[in-house]
Amino acid sequence: MQGAAKPPKLEVRNLSVGYGEVAVQKGISFDVKSGSIFAIMGTSGCGKSTLLRALMGLLRPSEGTIIFAGEDYWAAPDARRAELGRRFGVLFQGSALWTSLTAAQNVALPLQMFTTRRPASVDALVEIKLSLVGLDTGRDSLPAALSGGMQKRVGLARALSLDPEILFLDEPSGGLDPISARRFDTLIRQLRDGFGVTVVMVSHELPSLFAICDDGIFLDAESHTAIAHGAPAALRDTCSAPIVHAFMNGEGDGTRPASPVGVAHATG
Amino acid sequence: MTDSGWLGRADGDTTVLTLTSDWTSIDATAETAGVMKLLDRPGLRAITFDTTGLTRWDSSLLVFISGLCRAASQRAIGVDASGLPPATRGLLALLPAAPPAAAGKPPSGTMLERIGDWAIAQTGVWGAIAELIGEQVLRTAAWLRGRAKIRAVDVLTFMRAAGISALPMVALVNLMVGGILAFVGVVQLRRFGASVYVADLVGVGVVREMAPLMTAIVMSGRTGSAYAAELATMQGSDQTDALRAFGIPVYDYLILPRVSALTAMMPALYLYASAIGIGGGFAVAVIMLKLSPDAFIAELRGAVTGTQILFGLTKSLIFGAWIGMTGCRIGLKSGRSSNDVGDASTRAAVTGIAGVIVLDAVFAACANAWGV
Repeated sequence: MQGAAKPPKLEVRNLSVGYGEVAVQKGISFDVKSGSIFAIMGTSGCGKSTLLRALMGLLRPSEGTIIFAGEDYWAAPDARRAELGRRFGVLFQGSALWTSLTAAQNVALPLQMFTTRRPASVDALVEIKLSLVGLDTGRDSLPAALSGGMQKRVGLARALSLDPEILFLDEPSGGLDPISARRFDTLIRQLRDGFGVTVVMVSHELPSLFAICDDGIFLDAESHTAIAHGAPAALRDTCSAPIVHAFMNGEGDGTRPASPVGVAHATG
Repeated sequence: MTDSGWLGRADGDTTVLTLTSDWTSIDATAETAGVMKLLDRPGLRAITFDTTGLTRWDSSLLVFISGLCRAASQRAIGVDASGLPPATRGLLALLPAAPPAAAGKPPSGTMLERIGDWAIAQTGVWGAIAELIGEQVLRTAAWLRGRAKIRAVDVLTFMRAAGISALPMVALVNLMVGGILAFVGVVQLRRFGASVYVADLVGVGVVREMAPLMTAIVMSGRTGSAYAAELATMQGSDQTDALRAFGIPVYDYLILPRVSALTAMMPALYLYASAIGIGGGFAVAVIMLKLSPDAFIAELRGAVTGTQILFGLTKSLIFGAWIGMTGCRIGLKSGRSSNDVGDASTRAAVTGIAGVIVLDAVFAACANAWGV
């Protein structure tokens, strides 16, 4: 998985996504460099997760193309798309662990389904993956017995189970306390550095965006398209679009002043 | 050297492990077992790595190196990882020095202890059933006195689900049972020249026993298990906790409307099932066994009394309350995972049907004792 040549891992061209007749986002184009951490940003409800679902193969776009590792993903036949999908790792917002399986079994299942490894080899890989994400206890527990942070770690270990080329993370540090969230950010960066995996993440956690993302796009809920493109830190410092500036600097929603209630709380 | 690419070369008290070619998707545990022989060389103090020929790698390499490190540590052999790719070293640094201890199975106890545990668990089950009945009586009384608030729309929705929606299945089952009773009855009674008494058999059999029992079995499989699955899902998604957090009585909001709706609909379903069951028996007797319709109806009128219908109605009420209460209770007491929902649904159907049959036997014994 280490290589010198770095063509874009993902090329998105003129993509429109939505549900039925309703276009949530349209005319989206961007490249995700191999080995980079790419952020999909925007206010709540702007279609970040919908775009991510199209990228990870769960929602067919209404228009446009997604080129993964040089292949048009959605133009490929079903069987080929399934093969390409096995090179993806996905961490869902609520972790989406299979509740009837233990943490270790959650990580083992993709290995059992898609490889011909012996049980001992699967167990060794599961142990490595869970150790990498820092899950030292609760490996034989059902997800219901794990904390939210531990579930996220198991979800990340499961996403890594087949040594993916690209990781899709939906709000990876959402719902975690600031300390756990920063540790999780560090973990994502360490895993990227170690495995060389490309990461595409949806997030509106500013510290996460600034800490680990190399590039990104900002989706606008009103114009239904991407209105800014660049690393989160660069967008914070240089982008002139009011909504992007406000978002990146944590200043309300960028279109109207903060509510009196919010001000009252902020000033004590 | 193996196919996947490692070669051990002794250099004084050090072994240089050369890793070459492609280390992706290989069985690293087998490779680790192979490399263990190198560690047994007398005088070995340290292992170093040469990875200049390594082209690609993934988690398999981590499994191999971490297994090697653990084994070397047990033999007090040092591992110098500086020859590994920096990215590999970064990931190895994330791993704990020792694997987490596997959780041991709790002691299972002696046979006597297990019997004791089972007996104590059984008292818990009967206690829960008693609590269930008591709570239902108390909350229903509170509702009737206007002290418990339930949403009328919920009751009506559940009445529809447990009533009109159940009619086709109740009709099918009872039609068949009425017909079967007629067939069986005629075959036996014809031997004594008493074919006309098949109307008595069908009438009494359906009204007293089969209509309440078969309707209850259908409703247990259909509605009791649905209640359990629904409440178990709510339990798993914290919806019941949300009710408790708001101080909304879970019993009043979730259980009372369901149990009330099912208990109210069961007598209606029973009357419907009795009519269909007798109709099935009538059709078989008249069309297929060539009995006179007038004789069948006259005989039926004499056999089926108001007391028997009242007896059947009472049973259907009790069965409905039982199925509703057990379904709801099992759902609320379930675990939080998706297979707990399946378990709750299955247990509700089984407990409902078994309880209905036991209750039916109790009714039969009581009726015999009281001469009903």
